[in-house]
Amino acid sequence: MDWQAVAVSAQLALVTTLILLVLAVPLAGWLAFSRRRWTVAAEAVVALPLVLPPTVLGYYLLVAMGARSPVGRWWQELTGSTLAFSFSGLLVASVLSSLPFAVQPLLAAYGGVDGRLLEASAVLGRGWWGTLGRVALPLSRAGLATAAVLTFAHTVGEFGVVLMVGGNIPGVTRTASISVYDSVQAFDQVAAGRTSLLLLGFSLVVLTLTYTLQRRGGPGWARP
Amino acid sequence: MSGSLTVRVRRHVVDAELVVPLKGPPVTALFGPSGAGKTTLLRCVAGLERPDPGSVVVFGDELWSGDDRHVPARSRRVGLLFQDHALFPHLDVDANVAYGLRGVPRSLRGERVAEALATAGAGHLAGRRVRELSGGEAQRVALARALAPRPRLLLLDEPLSALDTPTRSRLRVDLREVLLRSGAPTLLVSHDRTEVLALADRVAVVVGGRVLQVGEPAEVFGRPADAAVARVVGVETAAPGVVRSRGDGVLGVEVGSGACRLTAVEVLGETAVGPGDQVLVCIRAEDVALELPGRAGPSSPRNHLPGTVTAVAVDGPLVRVDVDCGFPLAAYITRPAREELGLVPGSAVVASVKSPAVHLVPHPQ
Repeated sequence: MDWQAVAVSAQLALVTTLILLVLAVPLAGWLAFSRRRWTVAAEAVVALPLVLPPTVLGYYLLVAMGARSPVGRWWQELTGSTLAFSFSGLLVASVLSSLPFAVQPLLAAYGGVDGRLLEASAVLGRGWWGTLGRVALPLSRAGLATAAVLTFAHTVGEFGVVLMVGGNIPGVTRTASISVYDSVQAFDQVAAGRTSLLLLGFSLVVLTLTYTLQRRGGPGWARP
Repeated sequence: MSGSLTVRVRRHVVDAELVVPLKGPPVTALFGPSGAGKTTLLRCVAGLERPDPGSVVVFGDELWSGDDRHVPARSRRVGLLFQDHALFPHLDVDANVAYGLRGVPRSLRGERVAEALATAGAGHLAGRRVRELSGGEAQRVALARALAPRPRLLLLDEPLSALDTPTRSRLRVDLREVLLRSGAPTLLVSHDRTEVLALADRVAVVVGGRVLQVGEPAEVFGRPADAAVARVVGVETAAPGVVRSRGDGVLGVEVGSGACRLTAVEVLGETAVGPGDQVLVCIRAEDVALELPGRAGPSSPRNHLPGTVTAVAVDGPLVRVDVDCGFPLAAYITRPAREELGLVPGSAVVASVKSPAVHLVPHPQ
């Protein structure tokens, strides 16, 4: 089995999950609690990676990271290397493609928090961040856990975007899912089988965990 | 106006104007039927709702809400008691009460929490989990949470309506005492007449989004400004008194300046009142009979109150007669009865009220 690819996948998924939780907690809060009209548009943009073919997302990211785009040039000046076909570039792509998997569970959990609790917090002197951190988030722990698990799992399972943006550099951007594809291409059925079995088992564990979390305490936390 | 809360709010059905003094007797009730806009008014004062243009909320010298100014709820330093308490389910009683004490040094918070719990009569609930509290207990903790940051203004939204009846009548008296102890000017919303009589020093009657009358409960209930208010208040006499005696299930009450004594029936199951308790004596005008003095033989009504007619007004098929018998008492009689008795302002009469028609609402001063 390609342990190097498994390690890349694990590392990528872990860092992506951490970054996304930090981003998604306030972003989902803003989408859930702001009453402006254009939050609907923002919600649609966030959910886009769910329906967009991964190759399309990958293509746009590749263009954006290229030397001809401002972002690509800026990165190259900053670090001296290209963003595309690097672990950092892969990380950016993973964060974007897994964004809905972090935001949606939190959004659902926040939606289940009693609005009067948020008002009580405001009247007691807390601002937006204080209310998010002390009331909305603690009452959405199950949603937060679901978001973490799904983000991790989706990043491990991502194929199209990773292949487009990361290429297939062993030890840098070759993930477990790409390694399966490679093994099949090279007629190495044994290696492909082993890695696939690992990913299958992992996915089953993850989904069982998610459903357990959701059943134990969804957004409707017990109220007095 | 400085020293008062001035509210002029337009929002949905509400188009109300209200001035509440911040000094003096602290509790003002917004009283009216459901859907009259009382809660909207309260939420605009709390800063949870933004009133329409043209509205202002001024607290003392501070503009809280105007056309181009909206002080957010978190900066207004008001305490708000939600109808269903809205305690944070993930925090225990102490953490709930301490929630608003962010500006208080950590070392003092414990003391302030204990103080607020004691004021709300919830000292014994410290350390309990919110989920384990009964309705009445949750109410006390929510009150402590609202009082802990020492708010400049206390807002109560239907404070007792989420409780079952026995708890409600028990808590009515306690709540009044807590409000007096806290000293914070209080605005409360209620559609329950008894609640208003028990808790408030001042009543603002809200009907159809408008404030129709503001005054002391006895005045508003005794002399409604117009028919709309009269329909809402439904009780014509509400005079302050003190219970002086109890025996055989009958209470003796001294009303008004003390010259007048009434008997009332001790109601079982309701809040027990005993000698020494301050009460509001409530009598509906249709429960009052009038007769001319000197004719009274033995009769079943226990209360015979000599007095002088102060006003006579025709109200539909009935005539409303206001009598001064040491306190203002209103009576509804028929037109033929009025003609037979020849009642005009200045006539001497005796008003009879059966003891069960005298309702006592505990009301500590």
